[in-house]
Order: sequence, then structure tokens, then C-alpha cells
Amino acid sequence: MTRRTEFLLNGSLRLALHTLTEGEGRPLLLLHGLGEESPRTRPAWTNAWNGPVLALDFTGHGESEVPVSGGYTPEGLMSDVDAVLATRGPVTIVGRGFGAWVGLLVAGARTSLVHGVVLFDGSGIVGGGSQPPTPYVNVLPASGSLTPDPYALLELSRDPRPPDYALDYVRFVLEDSEIENPIVVSARIRPEWLAAVAADIGVIELPLEQAIESFA
Amino acid sequence: MPETDQTREFPGARAPDRTGSIDSSGLRLALNEWGEPDAPVIAMVHGGFDFSRTFDVFAPMIAEAGWRVVAWDARGHGDSDHAHLYGWAADVRDHLAAIQSISSEPIVLLGHSKGGGQLLDLLDGRPSLARAFVNLDGLPSQFSSPDVNDRERRRMRRADLASGLDRRRRRAELTRRPDTIEGLAERRQPMNPRLSREWLEYLVTVGARHDDEGWRWKIDPVLHLGGFGPWRPGWSLDHLAALEMPFLGVLSGVQDDPMGWKSRRGDIEPFLPPGGQLEFYDDIGHFLHIEQTRFIADLVLNFLEPLR
Repeated sequence: MTRRTEFLLNGSLRLALHTLTEGEGRPLLLLHGLGEESPRTRPAWTNAWNGPVLALDFTGHGESEVPVSGGYTPEGLMSDVDAVLATRGPVTIVGRGFGAWVGLLVAGARTSLVHGVVLFDGSGIVGGGSQPPTPYVNVLPASGSLTPDPYALLELSRDPRPPDYALDYVRFVLEDSEIENPIVVSARIRPEWLAAVAADIGVIELPLEQAIESFA
Repeated sequence: MPETDQTREFPGARAPDRTGSIDSSGLRLALNEWGEPDAPVIAMVHGGFDFSRTFDVFAPMIAEAGWRVVAWDARGHGDSDHAHLYGWAADVRDHLAAIQSISSEPIVLLGHSKGGGQLLDLLDGRPSLARAFVNLDGLPSQFSSPDVNDRERRRMRRADLASGLDRRRRRAELTRRPDTIEGLAERRQPMNPRLSREWLEYLVTVGARHDDEGWRWKIDPVLHLGGFGPWRPGWSLDHLAALEMPFLGVLSGVQDDPMGWKSRRGDIEPFLPPGGQLEFYDDIGHFLHIEQTRFIADLVLNFLEPLR
């Protein structure tokens, strides 16, 4: 099917939520990588999912609006996903790259509304490393409505991701989740934060399609 | 609760001599200035949940000694625009935009609390912006939360996350609660327990707006204390050691001031840059420049004397 797009409000900013496949039951929510946007059609690797398949354009990406003067943080963009949870209820998340990082954070922050999260490769999976990178502070011209927002690329490729910080969110998920293996790592690339997550005793590793099937 | 009395006086407080604004990639930041326009410049950066008019006593003292003091409101604070997104890095960038709009030459930078910590990060990446740096109780250490174990820290982080997301969900309906001048001052007192009620009531009249229902703080209601993400104090301290310009750090030693960063002399001294000066006062609270304005102004002016 051609994707159907609706717009959700996060504050005064419009977010594009695409329905790639209609259906009944708990949706599978796809979160794209840094500088990316939602796929036009349902990816083949989601075929094991029988319910609806949704995809969200993060703030400053795809068809979502661009805020004035940046200020992007992964923690701030959790509220993008939370806007979907507020209207659609519980979902299972597949996050690619930067979307994997936000997917983990929001799974830990909204444990009753995220029924499993799959962490997969994609743009922005590394972030700024375990410690802040060498400071680079620059003021960019106002970017208007063009996506991806240059400030998103600048700020979200430099956010530090200490492994113990990632593990806090793993603990939040594992302490509350009613399913046996709520966090699945399918990514091959393993920055320090993701290596620590994958090594946690409560986290399992599966190929992407099997990971999605495990939550179907 | 309409109120006809909309002004308060405070000894030594003086409204800015000039006001203006700065553009930071389309976001308007409100700017205030005290002193002669052609005097040497010192830029002052306020802390979290403050605004530039909190310098209304301190800035005139510095200006009267022959300096042009420039201060701006952080995004979402005071008279600056509210933003969709907030973050430490965005504030740091806003400071860069402000400083570059003020002068193309190095100037003196002074930051209090969060503003001091952010200037520390900015100067690590852009040392040529400053010819001297004064940091007023904005030097974090690993002892900023000494009594919190890992389990408690996680519980606090989790509670903060949930409340932050709930607040964002209700963003469209959020407003600051209206009150009288006295009421707003009383509600701020727990954050500023060592500051006088007279000062806090004055602050209401310059940091809040009056409408048909009363006074409301101007700060964006979506903002709340905390929310630094994975930020670690040690990251900023490493930046301190690398500073190349003359440096004065002033620490408050009052350990139970709720807004204080609780760093002690021994926490910071190993990270001082060459020639750096560090002062520690165990009887002055976190808002040093408000609580002991004349004393701190003289300390800063003495430090700056060779730069006049």
C-alpha cells in the first residue's frame, strides 16, 4: 500500500506519522536513523509482523517540522515517540541507528507502553562516544523548513552515550517488563553503549527478522 | 487576583541602561546592558531558572567601576523566546551567538552556576572568545550529589524522565501559575533560602509578567530543574584544566543551599589552569553575587584590574 500520513502535535510542532500497513492489534513502530526519514513502503524485514506497521519522522526529519534554532538531544526526542504512544497506546519498536538509541531510552521511560524494542544498525548508532567529543561550537544560519535539519545532524551525532547510562535504561525496562526478553539487539555495529547493552544478562541477540517475530 | 502595585524597589538595583536582542539562528534572545557603551566589555551569563535581570545590583556595581556589562536571557528564560527544544549544547551555542554579536575581540566572560559551567564548555572549544573568565559557583565536582547511591540515582532519573515526558505531553496547556508578588516570592524562596524576601519580590517585578489573573514567571513552563541527560561533572572539570586565559573561580561552601553545586576547594584545585585563582567561602551561599554583592564585585574588580 501507499503509506498514509497523519500529523501529531508535539507541543506546537507537527510530527509525521506514516502508516505503512493497516491492521488490527499492537503496532510495530519503526524509528529511522540520523538524517534519515521513514521508508515509503513497508520493509520486507517486517513481514513477520501481522499487525499495523507505523513509521515516525523525528523532529527535523522527513515530513516533520523543523524547530527554530536546534536544541536536539536524544532525551528531548523521546517526546516524539511519546506523542505516538499517547495516541496509539502500546507499540513494539524497531529502531535503526539513532532510532535504536532513542528506542532504548523511551522503552525505559515508558515501560508500560513499549512492548519490546529491537536495536538495529543505521545512521547515528555511534553518537558522540562514551565521553563528549572535542568541543565544536558553531552557529548555523536559520535553516527554514528543509530536512534533515543541519542542527539535528550536528547535535545528534555528538551526544555522549556512556555505557552505564545506557544500562540504566536497560534496568528500567527489565525491572518492569512483563515479557521475557523485552530488549533484542540485532545490530552488527557495536559502539560501547550497545556492546554493554548486548552483554547484559537480560538482553538477547537475534537476527532482525527473528527479533521482530519474537514480539509478533 | 488583580494587583495595582506593580513595582518594588531594592537597594542598589538598577534597570539596564540599554536593552536589545540577539538572533541565534532565528531565536530571539533578550539583551540587557549597563555602563558606558565604549567601556571594556564584560559579559555575564546567568544560571538555570534565573534571568539576566538577576544582575540588577551586581552589574551596576561593575559598570560604575568603568565596565560595559552585557547580559542576555537564555532561551526560554526571562524575555527571550521560548524554544521547541532545550539542551546544554543549545545554550552553549546561544552564548556563542551572543558573544559574537557583542564583540569581534576577546572580552571578559563571567558565568554564574549553570551559566559558568556552560562558559567552561564553550571556552574549551572557543578559547579565543575570552581575555579572562570568572566562574561563580559553576564548577561541578563528583561530590555534587555525594549521598546518592546508584540505586537512588536510577530511581531519581526514572522519576525525572516520566515527569519530563508527562510535562511535554501537556505542553500546549501548560502555563505558569498566577499569584501575587508576595505569593511568587514565597514560592521561589525554597530555591533561594538565603536571599531576602525583599529581593525576591523585586525579582518578581522584573522576571514575571502581570495579567488579569496576577503575576506569572516568564520562564517557559515546560522547563524544569534537572534533565542534563548523561552529563558528568568530570567532563567539565577536564575543560577547566585546559583554559589558557586568566581565570577566577569562586566557590560557595554552603553545603545545604538547594541550588548549589557543592564543590569544595580540594575538588577543584587539581584542575585549576596555570595561574588560575580559586576562592572558597563557606559562609556565602550559591548566589554569591546577590548575597554578598559588594564583596564579590570587589573581588571580581580586583581580578580584572590588570585588564582595564
